[in-house]
Amino acid sequence: MDKETQEMKKIEVIIGQILRIGVVISVGIIAIGIILYLFSGTGGYANNAFPTSIYDIVIGVNQGKPYAFMMLGLLFLIFTPVLRVIVSIYAFAKERDTMYTVITTIVLIILIIAMIIGI
Amino acid sequence: MNSILILLIVGILAGVIGSLLGLGGGMIVTPILTMMMGLDIKYAIGASVISVIATSSGASIAYLKDDMLNLRVAMFLEIATTVGAISGALLAGVFSASVLYVLFGVLLAYSAINMVFKLVKNQKDVVNIANDNLSTKLKLNGSYYDKTTNEQIDYSVTHVPGGFLMMIGAGLASGLLGIGSGAFKVIAMDSIMKMPLKPSSATSNLMMGVTAAASATVYFFSGAIKPEIAAPLAIGVLVGATIGSRIMQHLSSRVIRMIFVPIIIFMGVQMILKGFGINI
Repeated sequence: MDKETQEMKKIEVIIGQILRIGVVISVGIIAIGIILYLFSGTGGYANNAFPTSIYDIVIGVNQGKPYAFMMLGLLFLIFTPVLRVIVSIYAFAKERDTMYTVITTIVLIILIIAMIIGI
Repeated sequence: MNSILILLIVGILAGVIGSLLGLGGGMIVTPILTMMMGLDIKYAIGASVISVIATSSGASIAYLKDDMLNLRVAMFLEIATTVGAISGALLAGVFSASVLYVLFGVLLAYSAINMVFKLVKNQKDVVNIANDNLSTKLKLNGSYYDKTTNEQIDYSVTHVPGGFLMMIGAGLASGLLGIGSGAFKVIAMDSIMKMPLKPSSATSNLMMGVTAAASATVYFFSGAIKPEIAAPLAIGVLVGATIGSRIMQHLSSRVIRMIFVPIIIFMGVQMILKGFGINI
């Protein structure tokens, strides 16, 4: 294997681990929510409402509300790809691949802009 | 209980097809949720964005492990898809949605027909190895191991500017219409940049997650993601994507293309009809 391929392999392993951790955590939390829901038969909120702010979710999780767990798990799922981009920047930088460190940083900046302007 | 089971199964189905073809599976989830389960379109779109992310992360774990996807191509082209998606969202009010649906629908149908000709003429998928200056500079050329033929296949990437442009189109489509971006991504890599179909599909899978994450954040905090729908669906999709990404490696490119083409034609027709106000 040449240097390039080895470098890529290392980065792929790191990113693969990040994705796996993100997926396992979100599946675990969502599964807790579904199991709680099946046992209690309710989401834990009046009028079938559900929490949409981080604050409400944290409070709901503390109180053991099924929907709060599901939302927390989904939030982890949503942030996994973003985390993947952040970790890629680090991985490319560590392998001294300046061009791709810059490219990936640009992607992250655009992504943050997209989240802020709300698309 | 019943609806959780149904959503799990829908999720598995969407995950398998989405990960196999690099499509994301939104075009399966949205119609099933709205038409068969009578869900409000707002929540259906929220759930479908979640399933795109779940497909992307679930499938990419396997594709990374098996060296199927091209990370540099993904990173480089993500600039195009994210810029496209932002422009699309900003321009959303400017163009008539009907015209856009027809336009993108025709583009999909056209790409599909090109693929049909390729299948009918029984052309083998020729691996492009011609040297391309730009893709060499960007270190985009790659290699993957094909489990159907037991060969390591080295490939070159070409027409980088054209592919980049098509990716902006893919981003625009997702920003403007919220659909179809996976299909355009695969077409950009496979048909324009001459990447082999398998790495194209795998790379599209990885890329989808990033653009979807941006819109999912907004849907999440605005309350368009309903836990009792999205949560079981997400689990199903993750299971499906894990299965699909393993099946894909044992299928020949030709078979994958034969599944891909009718689905793309269906999506194209669906979009054109939507432009004329008919929802299927």
